[in-house]
Amino acid sequence: MLIIPITAMFFKAATKSPSEFWQIATSPIALSAYSVTFVTALVTALLNGVFGTLIAWVLVRYDFPGKRFIDATVDLPFALPTAVAGLTLATVYSDNGWIGSLFAPFGIKISFTSLGVAVAMIFISLPFVVRTVQPVLQEMEKEIEEAAWSLGASQWQTFWKVILPPLFPTILTGVALGFSRAVGEYGSTVIISSNTPFKDLIAPVLIFQRLEQYDYSGATVIGMVLLVISLLILLAINFLQSWARRYDTK
Amino acid sequence: MTLNEEASFSKPHKQKPTKTKSFIPVILIGIALGYLALMLYIPAVNVFYQAFKNGVGPFVSNLTREDFLSAVKLTVLLALIAVPVNTIFGLCAAWAIARHKFPGRTLILSIIDLPFSISPVVAGLMIVLVYGRNGWFGGWLQEHGIKIIFAFPGMLLATAFVSMPFVAREVIPVLEELGSDQEEAAQTLGANSWQTFWRVTLPNIRWGLLYGLILTNARAMGEFGAVSVVSGNIAGKTQSLPLFVEDAYKQYETEAAYSAAVILALLAVVTLVLKGILERKTGIKSTKTH
Repeated sequence: MLIIPITAMFFKAATKSPSEFWQIATSPIALSAYSVTFVTALVTALLNGVFGTLIAWVLVRYDFPGKRFIDATVDLPFALPTAVAGLTLATVYSDNGWIGSLFAPFGIKISFTSLGVAVAMIFISLPFVVRTVQPVLQEMEKEIEEAAWSLGASQWQTFWKVILPPLFPTILTGVALGFSRAVGEYGSTVIISSNTPFKDLIAPVLIFQRLEQYDYSGATVIGMVLLVISLLILLAINFLQSWARRYDTK
Repeated sequence: MTLNEEASFSKPHKQKPTKTKSFIPVILIGIALGYLALMLYIPAVNVFYQAFKNGVGPFVSNLTREDFLSAVKLTVLLALIAVPVNTIFGLCAAWAIARHKFPGRTLILSIIDLPFSISPVVAGLMIVLVYGRNGWFGGWLQEHGIKIIFAFPGMLLATAFVSMPFVAREVIPVLEELGSDQEEAAQTLGANSWQTFWRVTLPNIRWGLLYGLILTNARAMGEFGAVSVVSGNIAGKTQSLPLFVEDAYKQYETEAAYSAAVILALLAVVTLVLKGILERKTGIKSTKTH
């Protein structure tokens, strides 16, 4: 199930000579697709890093009505099929949608542009940071913060010097997980994007289009690039997790 | 002992949240809720609004369409096969990893996680490369008249591939925490390995297993990317429910797309509710990100 398909892909990619491989992998259309994919995924993952940490913080530290409901619904993007996510985001963020119409007067189009791709990527990678940071925050002892306060640190200093450093590797792990998910995402992004080359065409859609044209080797080469990058992110995540474990006092 | 001590220590602290700067929590909660509303809640409400804005009539008539019904049937069938297969595989893998120390154990662990980090489109592409007409097994399959790509078996492979890791992932930590003492005790008392599994191991891991099952099912029914690469998307034949949603939307049948989307959204709601119940029962939190 797993090993054979991956080796098949490596073999298929190996039938191309390195120069041919390089040529397809770095063709202008592919390069622009990578840059749209990776830049958007990175920006949205970082954005979710900030807001995800904030959501985790609010859920762990404060009590407010509806907290349980919010805690449960953060996982919605995991449970909602991506095609449905793409469909509803495309409608809500279109020029006459509920949210898109607020931006339209300023000439900002969201659906069917690379901004739409960003919205879809934010949606699908939102739970990762929240769910990685939440348990760590829960275990963190409030005593340390209180000690910092009683020693005269301001709230700001306590946050930057006491709370953030041990959380940082965990936040990065969440960001990396979200990034890896966003890079590979297809279902929601293909619906909300107009899939125009050099504008908002992302790499997974490019693979799909190559396959539709029966250009298997073209699809394989771009697929290889994505696969290798996913593997590298996986390595980075493992590294980040062992880094985070150093702060584990247990 | 230490746990109790910790609990009694931290209790008095919990009762005194800083009241002096109470506007900061309000602002932070406001930002968090605003972000979630923009990204999650408004789009989620929109699914139901769009489906029912012209009343229940169009919704019902969309649900009785031929191609819709066949998409539902296909999706259910995919899940009915992929979920049990992945459960058995997941249990075997979890048991092998949690109960045995062997070289390359961590490597196997990361390999099991691969379907999560690989793009679904790349997963579909791999299946095409192996089973497609020019693929490794393509020639042999064609000689024997077996069609995998652009047919049900391919969709099943794609579904099983992307939903593979969930059960193993949820069961491994439970098994590791459990330890093998009880199993060994059962065996010294004369139980064979089958009895040990059914009477000792399974009852202990049942919540973790159920949790994994729910996640597997949600992914199996909702998968779009991998399935769409291998299916060929023929309406009424190889179109699962998520594919139906996208296809209807592309054909400007927005209403039909939303009617189907509601069904899938309800599936997501059921998944979340069951997950919530299980989490409260067991105290486990999603281990998905480990």
